Amino acid sequence: MTELTATPGQTIGPFFGYALPFDRSDELVSPGSPDAIWLHGTVTDGAGAPVPDALLEIWQADSGGAVATSGSLRRDGSSFTGWGRAATDADGHYRFTTVRPGAHQGATPFVALTVFARGLLNRLFTRAYFPGDQLDTDRLLKSVAADRRHTLIAVPDEHGFRFDIRLQGADETVFLRYRGHP
Amino acid sequence: MTGQVEISAEIAALHAESCRAGVAESQPSLDFPPYRSSVLRHPKSALHLADPEAVELQAPCFGGSDITVLDADLTVQHTGEPIGERTVVTGRILDGHGRPVRRQLVEIWQANAAGRYIHQGDQHPAPLDPNFTGAGRCLTDEDGCYRFTTIKPGPYPWRNHHNAWRPAHIHFSLFGTDFTQRMITQMYFPGDPLCALDPIYQSITDQSARDRLVAAYDHHVTSPEWATGYRWDIVLTGSAATPFEEPR
Repeated sequence: MTELTATPGQTIGPFFGYALPFDRSDELVSPGSPDAIWLHGTVTDGAGAPVPDALLEIWQADSGGAVATSGSLRRDGSSFTGWGRAATDADGHYRFTTVRPGAHQGATPFVALTVFARGLLNRLFTRAYFPGDQLDTDRLLKSVAADRRHTLIAVPDEHGFRFDIRLQGADETVFLRYRGHP
Repeated sequence: MTGQVEISAEIAALHAESCRAGVAESQPSLDFPPYRSSVLRHPKSALHLADPEAVELQAPCFGGSDITVLDADLTVQHTGEPIGERTVVTGRILDGHGRPVRRQLVEIWQANAAGRYIHQGDQHPAPLDPNFTGAGRCLTDEDGCYRFTTIKPGPYPWRNHHNAWRPAHIHFSLFGTDFTQRMITQMYFPGDPLCALDPIYQSITDQSARDRLVAAYDHHVTSPEWATGYRWDIVLTGSAATPFEEPR
């Protein structure tokens, strides 16, 4: 089969705010539901300044490890669709209301994230793992230098988990290139 | 303030450097200083090679209930007709093996014909159009085709450098069958003289790769007495992990 060359990405630019976020796009579950947690944090640049014009998306299994097979833009308040979208605020802070993912097909659970921002010429991928899971056996975490591994692990706080994203510089988040992708 | 001459010289130097390296990159450089905002917003460490896990080999599944037919026609979202050149933009979305990406969400957003976004952060002193929002959505069909009816966007000034102007473009947000294929990009129009000057477009250092972002005028898409037509096909990175049924 012919291999085609991928179309290049481009920056999301500054003006996505009226087009991409939608009603409750950052709520994978209703904020009042029993196992709801926040997955939240701040996106910062190479000078440590907040990035107020980033867009994050997450994709994850539910608390039982199942991956949703339907529906996403309309929130009915009960179906877990596994996907969410959140823009950062003026302080560079983002927040998802979700559940802690369960193990899908035996893999160590994580939340997959995509980062878009003005100034960022192509999207970045990363993962948020959770303390207490089988982190020692995860093949990605094992392949990351010990002094950078913590950038992939969310930190518990009073709301759930905090996952800060540093685009550049000291403690730069580990971003991923998937095998077979440019 | 830096002017276009300096920016163009920086772009030329980076292209020459990339050419000497002999690698034709299909994607933009994340570190591309002529686009000033990229300087502090790109990772300095190399991207870490990862084998996707099962969850990353699946993607959000959007459905017909997520959108309405009106979402794909940006010219009928208000009571009146928007000002500008009515244009149809259509094409196919394929994976790296050339297989259509079916029933998947495509989102677009753009400036109006005067080069003004409805976004409150856009301070360009050009008129807003009360009949044009500039955001649309559709699902691809069984052949991976999308189709939008819109108004051709105008170029607009930005503050990257003195007298900087973005070429006319439409932002596209795309999903594949795998989370790993998620992408956002921009479509440009053929023959736009501003493309040569634009550090965002030129951050793709290989000419043939840059050309993939330029739509083709297609007279078969143009309809008489109604709208001009452009065709733009999109190839997502990689290929779907789970081969799906080929059309018979």
